[in-house]
Amino acid sequence: MFQTRRAIPRIFAMTDSRFSYTLDSTLETVDTAEQTASRIAADAGFDEDEVMRISMAVREAAVNAVLHGNAYDPNKKVRLDFENRGRDLIITIRDQGCGLDVSRIPDPLAPENLLKTSGRGIFLIRSFMDEVQIRPSQTGTEIQLIKHVHGPSAGGKEASREHED
Amino acid sequence: MSMKISTRQVDGVTIVDCSGRITLGEGSVTLRETVVQLLGKSQKKILLNLGDVNYIDSSGIGELVSAFTTVRKQGGDLKLLNLTKKVHDLLQITKLYTVFEVKDDEASAVKSFN
Repeated sequence: MFQTRRAIPRIFAMTDSRFSYTLDSTLETVDTAEQTASRIAADAGFDEDEVMRISMAVREAAVNAVLHGNAYDPNKKVRLDFENRGRDLIITIRDQGCGLDVSRIPDPLAPENLLKTSGRGIFLIRSFMDEVQIRPSQTGTEIQLIKHVHGPSAGGKEASREHED
Repeated sequence: MSMKISTRQVDGVTIVDCSGRITLGEGSVTLRETVVQLLGKSQKKILLNLGDVNYIDSSGIGELVSAFTTVRKQGGDLKLLNLTKKVHDLLQITKLYTVFEVKDDEASAVKSFN
């Protein structure tokens, strides 16, 4: 756990519910994004399967930012924001690339695309998260991932409130 | 945990035991190189044992597809053995479960190549 935190080079701001990082355009960033998402999702009360889905979605978004957005350019950064709003975990990944035209990404489930070796990242992100927004930002592309909290801790709070009532 | 691969021969079939993660970078490259080496030795009946693979990302999925199509193009066959629930679910949602021949018993999987 401490190794994961040390691997993160720069922390912009850190409060109880919000974490922001600026990372280099490297494969290490992809792993860091995944590990950080996994830790924050677990802390937010998601169960093991949901933690895996969230961390995989963040990994795929980070891959897009590093490879397709910033194209490994050492002068370009990836910005990663995690915000826990109680009922929602909101994760935003921004790159400094040329933009992503989602409409041009072929449907990976179409029979003619099933044997393609790439093009499943956005599909997996959409499959694993409750809401996904992809839009141009001032500097490149911004992808926002939202997962509603249904984990044991959230459920536990609901249950105990009902019990108190 | 990075990916580890070892190979063994059973009745003319090459069983590739994989463990760890098949992800962008090291894991995908290791798998690709292994398949290329096997084809170079005309070992074209390949059974990928994924029982100890606990994580695959979209690049890893792409690498499995690439290995499958590469082997098929050379007249061979590549099948999957012992999927974990996570990998099974990934192949289901990407509709690849019907593309690959998936086995859960090594002996019958080996026999199915002949």
